[in-house]
Amino acid sequence: MLSFIARRVLQMIPTLAGVILLIFFLFKYFGGDPAEILGGLQASTAQIESIRKQLGLDRPVLEQLWIFVKQVVTLDWGQSWATKESVNHIFSSRLPATLTIMFPIMILELVLAIACGMAVAYVRGSLTDRAVMVISTVALSISFLVYVILGQYLFAFRLGWFPVQGWSNSVWTNLAVYAPLPVGLAVLVSLAPNTRLYRSFFLDEIGHDYVRTARAKGVPERTILFKHVLRNSMIPILTNVATQLPGVFIGSFLIEVFFSVPGLGREVFLAVGRSDYPVIQAVTIYLAVLTMAINLVTDLLYKLVDPRVVFK
Amino acid sequence: MSAVPGIAGAVVPPTGIEGVSVPDSLSMQLPRSPGIWAQAWARLRRDRVGMVSLVVVALFLVLVLLAQFGVVASGWQKEVGVPFAPPTLMGADAKEKIQEKEATIPNVDLSDIDPLTPYYAQWAKRAGEIKTVVQVRQDTLPFGGDRIGRDVLAKAIKGAQVSILVGIFAAVVATLIGTVLGALGGYFGGKVDDFLEWIYNVFTAVPYILLIFALAAVFKSGPLAKVFEGGIAPVVIILGVVGWTSIYRLVRAEYIKHRSREYVRAAEAIGAGHLARMFGHILPNISHVVLVQLSLHVVAFIKAEVILSFLGMGVPIDMVSWGTMLNEAQTELVLGKWWQLVAATAFMAVFVTAFALLTDALRDAMDPKLR
Repeated sequence: MLSFIARRVLQMIPTLAGVILLIFFLFKYFGGDPAEILGGLQASTAQIESIRKQLGLDRPVLEQLWIFVKQVVTLDWGQSWATKESVNHIFSSRLPATLTIMFPIMILELVLAIACGMAVAYVRGSLTDRAVMVISTVALSISFLVYVILGQYLFAFRLGWFPVQGWSNSVWTNLAVYAPLPVGLAVLVSLAPNTRLYRSFFLDEIGHDYVRTARAKGVPERTILFKHVLRNSMIPILTNVATQLPGVFIGSFLIEVFFSVPGLGREVFLAVGRSDYPVIQAVTIYLAVLTMAINLVTDLLYKLVDPRVVFK
Repeated sequence: MSAVPGIAGAVVPPTGIEGVSVPDSLSMQLPRSPGIWAQAWARLRRDRVGMVSLVVVALFLVLVLLAQFGVVASGWQKEVGVPFAPPTLMGADAKEKIQEKEATIPNVDLSDIDPLTPYYAQWAKRAGEIKTVVQVRQDTLPFGGDRIGRDVLAKAIKGAQVSILVGIFAAVVATLIGTVLGALGGYFGGKVDDFLEWIYNVFTAVPYILLIFALAAVFKSGPLAKVFEGGIAPVVIILGVVGWTSIYRLVRAEYIKHRSREYVRAAEAIGAGHLARMFGHILPNISHVVLVQLSLHVVAFIKAEVILSFLGMGVPIDMVSWGTMLNEAQTELVLGKWWQLVAATAFMAVFVTAFALLTDALRDAMDPKLR
């Protein structure tokens, strides 16, 4: 197991190198000239030249790449171009808000999707099942934006049950006052696709021989579903959660933009608007590392839910 | 020969051995077995949901073409109605009584003390020389009007054109990249495959939405911004470059499966080169996978375009898409003007639902084993 982890960590190096190269060359050759962005519209040629010198843009490409690699390794990203705030401080101060919103969403989504997927799989083939499937197909085709616009208008603006947007410094106020509407809307919107997906996971398992054997033994349908099928569907469920996890850290940026949550997603969105390259580059590399780490942890968890899994 | 007759490129011509070719008259008598596309079409025609959605999608595509060539909705930017003209069904807003109030102000004759008096006649004459057109603005429009009185129906049609074209072109770009890379990796294996797998890992290590953001930032301020100024090309390229990974993965798996099949070996034996085998022989046999992926991605990219345009990273501001309509609708809704939101949502929901159902039907029709 240890050698498995060691090998997997070693395999991450070329991928990470690729991400670094991708980001470096993308911004180097396709991005705007950093000096011109930093200098603003009224900068003189001399000012732009001096900024180029400060950033090391006048040196050979390979040397610039080396500077970038050093930044990645030492995690020293310097300052945001737009606000002069240190990039690492941006991350550490914006992350809590994102997590306050996204963790409840993840947990509620998982619990509700498993419950609904189970319920629909239990009555599979019935009219309810087909109705739920049709409704979720139609619900899926309406843009996420529409639900959020309507939800915000109806529940916050019209009915006044929640604040329209906002955030505070206290975690508990945030959780109790500002988070419920965005969390509720996000969970509601994801319910349709997740129910469909989890239903298919459960139906795949229900077709297996062990289910027939259990039925033949006279095991009640409920026990079969909750004890046998659920456990065996854990692998696709885990995979699904793992692919969504990196997204948690950038947050559902749309939710953050709509509800003015000072989180990471909104920060990255603002950074794109202001061509604030250090922030975008840093978040991309951080998330790439995080994605790889999560994939590794997921592979280890497979062993936990299914002892037959062997690490190669 | 394990290949099904009729699959393009899968059948070695019956003239393989000299002198034993089948006479034409004999082959004419043999019962013709329908090709894979004919079979798929026959299955699709039996699928009622699939046919209805095909008709809906076809109607939308006709609408898109008409809008593209300026037959319909070309005047979407004209301010044909009063601002926020309500939909015809609701009737016009009650006129506010401003005019009567103005009339009550007494009009005092100031001509004896007004220093400008001698010029009024001259100005009136000069003003009369300039031709003005009084635009008759309608009080109601079929689907209502927006903030400056543009027809929401025309905007929704024009928006359909932009959003659907972006979705289709981006899906074509992604499918092309995915298919070519998948074919190369799966067919050749070895070093080529390792290299492409590395690129795939790099692209999937970065979350999808973040890669879109990074590319959007680059397109916004980089040298490419000038190349593609105005138009849908940047969005198409961003979505296409980011979205090829899952297609690559599937196509690669298919090529690995097919590359050592007998019909490919047979093609090699009669002297077909690598390219001919990859794209002339194997590709037609996996084209159903590619086609289904293409239509799945059209739906995904239309949704993505709507979100990008909503955020202002999509189509330029002189164009309208369902996303920019939703953006305007957000502020209009607070004023109680709901029709633009409803129009954009309804158009999008109908098209996307129909396209998704058509994709399901296509998948069932092209791969009967899946059922």
